[in-house]
Amino acid sequence: MEISFLLNGERVEMDVTDPTVTALDWLREIRGLTGTKEGCNEGDCGACTLMVTDEHGPKAVNACILFLPQLHGKSVTTVEGLAAPDGTLHPVQQAMIDKHGSQCGFCTPGIVMSLAAAHATGETDVDKVLAGNLCRCTGYAPIVRAAEAAMAAPAVVPALPGALPAAAFDPATDVALPETSDDLAAWYAAHPEGVLVGGATDLGLHVTKALRRLGPVAFLHRCADLQGIEETDAALVIGAGVTISQLIPAVSGRYPDFAAMLTRYGSVQVRNAATIGGNIANGSPIGDGPPALIALGARLHLRKGETRREIALEDFFLEYGKQDRAPGEFVEAISIPHQPDRLGCYKLSKRFDQDISAVCGCFNVTLEDGRVAGARIAFGGMAGIPKRAAAVEAALIGADWGEEAIEAAWGAWDEDFQPLSDMRASAAYRLEAARNMLTRYFLEDIGAATRVREVSA
Amino acid sequence: MSVSSPLPHDSAKLHVTGAARYIDDIPLPANALHLAFGLSTVAAGKLVSLDLDAVRASEGVVAVLTAEDLPFANDVSPSAHDEPLLATGEVHYLGQPVFVVAATSHLAARRAARKAAMVFAEETPVLSIEDALDFDSRFEEGPRVYEKGDARAALEAAPLTLAGRIEMGGQEHFYLEGQAALVLPMEDGGVQVMSSTQHPTEIQHKVAEAIGQPMHAVRVETRRMGGGFGGKESQGNALACACAVVALKTGRPCKMRYDRDDDMVVTGKRHDFRIDYEVGYDETGRVRAVDFRQYTRCGWSMDLSLPVADRAMLHADNAYLLEHCRIESHRLKTNMQSATAFRGFGGPQGMLGIERVMDHVAHALGLDPLEVRRVNYYAEASGVDADAGAADMDAPAAGGVGGLSAPPAADAAFPPEDISEQWMDEDAASRGATDVGATGAVPEAPLGAQTTPYGQAVEDFILHGLTERLVETSDYAARRAAVAEWNAEQPILKKGIALTPVKFGISFTLTHLNQAGALVHVYQDGSIHLNHGGTEMGQGLNQKVAQVAASRFGVGMEAVRITATDTGKVPNTSATAASSGSDLNGMAVKAACDTIRARMADCLAGLYQASRSEVVFEGGDVRIGGEVISFAEAAKLSYENRVSLSATGYYKTPKVAWDRIRGHGRPFFYFAYGAAVSEVVIDTLTGEYRILRADLLHDAGSSLNPALDIGQVEGGFVQGAGWLTTEELVWDGKGRLRTHAPSTYKIPACGDRPEVFNVALWDGRNPEETIYRSKAVGEPPFMLGMSVLMALSDAVAACGPGYPALDAPATPERVLKAVMQVRDGV
Repeated sequence: MEISFLLNGERVEMDVTDPTVTALDWLREIRGLTGTKEGCNEGDCGACTLMVTDEHGPKAVNACILFLPQLHGKSVTTVEGLAAPDGTLHPVQQAMIDKHGSQCGFCTPGIVMSLAAAHATGETDVDKVLAGNLCRCTGYAPIVRAAEAAMAAPAVVPALPGALPAAAFDPATDVALPETSDDLAAWYAAHPEGVLVGGATDLGLHVTKALRRLGPVAFLHRCADLQGIEETDAALVIGAGVTISQLIPAVSGRYPDFAAMLTRYGSVQVRNAATIGGNIANGSPIGDGPPALIALGARLHLRKGETRREIALEDFFLEYGKQDRAPGEFVEAISIPHQPDRLGCYKLSKRFDQDISAVCGCFNVTLEDGRVAGARIAFGGMAGIPKRAAAVEAALIGADWGEEAIEAAWGAWDEDFQPLSDMRASAAYRLEAARNMLTRYFLEDIGAATRVREVSA
Repeated sequence: MSVSSPLPHDSAKLHVTGAARYIDDIPLPANALHLAFGLSTVAAGKLVSLDLDAVRASEGVVAVLTAEDLPFANDVSPSAHDEPLLATGEVHYLGQPVFVVAATSHLAARRAARKAAMVFAEETPVLSIEDALDFDSRFEEGPRVYEKGDARAALEAAPLTLAGRIEMGGQEHFYLEGQAALVLPMEDGGVQVMSSTQHPTEIQHKVAEAIGQPMHAVRVETRRMGGGFGGKESQGNALACACAVVALKTGRPCKMRYDRDDDMVVTGKRHDFRIDYEVGYDETGRVRAVDFRQYTRCGWSMDLSLPVADRAMLHADNAYLLEHCRIESHRLKTNMQSATAFRGFGGPQGMLGIERVMDHVAHALGLDPLEVRRVNYYAEASGVDADAGAADMDAPAAGGVGGLSAPPAADAAFPPEDISEQWMDEDAASRGATDVGATGAVPEAPLGAQTTPYGQAVEDFILHGLTERLVETSDYAARRAAVAEWNAEQPILKKGIALTPVKFGISFTLTHLNQAGALVHVYQDGSIHLNHGGTEMGQGLNQKVAQVAASRFGVGMEAVRITATDTGKVPNTSATAASSGSDLNGMAVKAACDTIRARMADCLAGLYQASRSEVVFEGGDVRIGGEVISFAEAAKLSYENRVSLSATGYYKTPKVAWDRIRGHGRPFFYFAYGAAVSEVVIDTLTGEYRILRADLLHDAGSSLNPALDIGQVEGGFVQGAGWLTTEELVWDGKGRLRTHAPSTYKIPACGDRPEVFNVALWDGRNPEETIYRSKAVGEPPFMLGMSVLMALSDAVAACGPGYPALDAPATPERVLKAVMQVRDGV
């Protein structure tokens, strides 16, 4: 596969023979650009952060779980390419020196790249910017001081590679870079056993950790028609290729709590790569997108060849590791029917940022005259699939909305869920916390303070 | 003068541009090999068969070695020679290296290592504290006991008593740069080793044994580490030894670095502890007697567990004068990763025991825990002036049984086997070495002095003044009242606030390690080449030491070149550990510089017909009487007059000597102090919480570099808070570590630091004669993180009548459990 991109301003044209070589390994081992570090090789520490610029602008991504074909058509900046050609340091580099932002220095290139990407886009919420960059030495305080000190300097945005050589799409190829969903449908029909790569934030680990070879593979990031976000009269229709970063502003107006939860989905680097289609299609019981979408009554749009169908999202998840998806069938879009916002999302994890949920509870309870008229309650982390709390919903519907109704639903939780104990949480805690989330949802309704992040000293 | 200037880290520009080189960044010769270990898949058992055909046939594989293929010592232990590089028929933890693969790439080696067919006769592993006690599976013959006064009698006589237990988890180092080593085979059968290690001399020693050569055949170089925190004191031995053996066998350079998951599964972590306590006290909260039983899981091999457990005992008093005290320490042998050094080296664990006692006593009496703490403080040192002027510049699984992070109790049948009784050459430079005993008499505290439970006089105590200042600057009293008021109005969220002190003993407890060497050259152009035995892991040691050198010669920092730690330049170094780096190496460098300076002064005084005392090195110049020449000219003149401009420097810490078996004497040269106030808020529905504010005041003596010291304080606090909050190690019932990657093991992220974070240094000089009267600062601030746990305890206590008895790490799950318990009044 021929790909083309800019690396620190210089054009790279290459023939990719192994599509699962990561950008990190290629930079370090082939190009000798060892400034980009491997800290965890799974996208959790950010030491390998690059700035990748496309038509949407510059963004931070993790190189360790980024396959070379994903760079096609983009501009890549590594820490070596950040300073001006005359050697003048980028403002965040200088600020990191001045404010003592590095100690051992190993996380520093990644921190610098995350800050540089934020600087280029004007993002100023440093906690959010750095949630995906672990530092074990500094306690972050001097890094935050450096980020703040650099904010005033003018933004530096890398150039784009410009027009790419156009090539006819061949659906027979084992490694595909389709430009449209039609091309993708044709390729997938020809390779129903193939693997689709959205952002590779999960699939990447199959390669870097499980050391699997993926077989026939298609990279979806060039399919512009999968990246649309459309407001129809009835629904918000989101293309499967929309990244979580793009999804957040799209839902923040209608469903602010969904957007707020998504700002804790992975990290900036992960959200910049991960797609909502991938989040749904991989069937994880602990992905944070599905519980909220199920609570909102979202519909899933599937396509196989030229055949399309639409199902309720909750019906897609059959059992652990099994979804209602035929070979060669792929997620094309998800639609959220318009509705008044009643959504409450509660993501519970050991660490606030960039942690997989122990429990993710999403509540959408509608009221009429103080009574529960409708209830859609869905959880991640409570079963082998993202799952609705059907018995709890049934117990609530028709009841006067209040603590008594919540109390009366107590036993229904055991009908709905028999969670597991694992390294994230015990079964008993999961159930207790899930129940208490309903209490929290009610208390928020009546205006009580229940969120520790909204309290200050 | 460069000393005391807040200069940035010497490598800061290299860090931010990606130019700073770590082991994995060093360009390799074309024929280099990459190594990976094949790991045991069971926690205990015998290796029945090992079929490596598929490994050998895997793409890119050049060599595969098992224990039988090792030509010389099969041992990477820093202490008891009980840790084979490759397993010898038996395995003792899940993740133990069984064989090593050398291949043409890192990925090829990793792929191949997973292709072995290993069959084990699995045995029931010893995992929990209870299992280990049941099977008397332990290091040393029985528990160690330190005693002062008569704890039992005083407990019986005390007006009030209570008893309790605290469990605290271990901690993964999570240095961002994983373990790594690179070995080049030399023409004469020796090797050159580049290692990410805190202890180059130990690497040299173990590699020499592994290749059957004297230490002179091995040269170890360490430019920098991407973090150490104790995890690179002994845990790098295996990689360096494997690379050396394969390099000599194949004649090719060898590099090994652990993938993060391997790193977490293979290497040791902080020791977890359970501490049972009984305390007798009076109505004011004054402790009359305390009895501690400390239990720690050391894992499968001894490593550094004995001195770690010793240090836990030595910090069982923290800041408090205990007249009657008994400390019993059990060092348990379990089928897990061999727990190892980690910032504080047992000190934090021992300290947390007494901090829990203070919190518990205060709760029982309904007092502010700070009052109880202050009532029990050691008396303030006389003559210590808080604002002393300028320094003297020439001087078990959650919810389960069997202990914290412990797997569910299993029916253990066998204790781990003793692996080997063979006794090789003692590695005298390891903290795990046998104590040769005090070379002189163990010093007795002066009559009437206040003493620690181990008999050391506490003569430099400053926590009364330090606490008072922190109470003022943090507005503690008003905020405590505001927290109570806020809590009264809030049904769901509760705040808590706590102030905890730190008193940490400075010196290696293995007394002979308290020595250091340095090598300094002045070139004829006046530039200075500086080398010492310490290693740089981010703490800024090289910069501090360079500041000392620049100050001694009166030159700018640009005149001093810091070079990689190298066993060929400075031999017989101690690990850069125990916070000792700048104390020891700073003094050694000063000695070397002063030797050269004296020679130059002699020469110049002669040339200019001046007296030696009239030769002054200052501002890049040398003044000789009325004449002024540049330092570079002075160097050139000295060279031309045949003066040696190269010198070694040496330092050994005075005054320290003790008997570790009896637990008596003076293990520490001095104490470093600090205190922290933390305020938190918890959610009583889910147990989630947030650190709202932290105010830290820390004693770094007369700081060599306040910017670097504040960096240690901030970073130490957050790391300490992480240990006690989100960082949870979970093993399952088979002994498999389930939290083996950052996806499941959660160190603090940026947003976890306190929203308001005020950090200051206590500006007082060290009464002992340390380098420019500074104090060690690497480990002590780690323990400031205890204030977070105690603040969480305070918040939970607002939920009901019971005592929170909050264990660590206080994950949201543990916080919620404690909330439910205090509501029930337990």
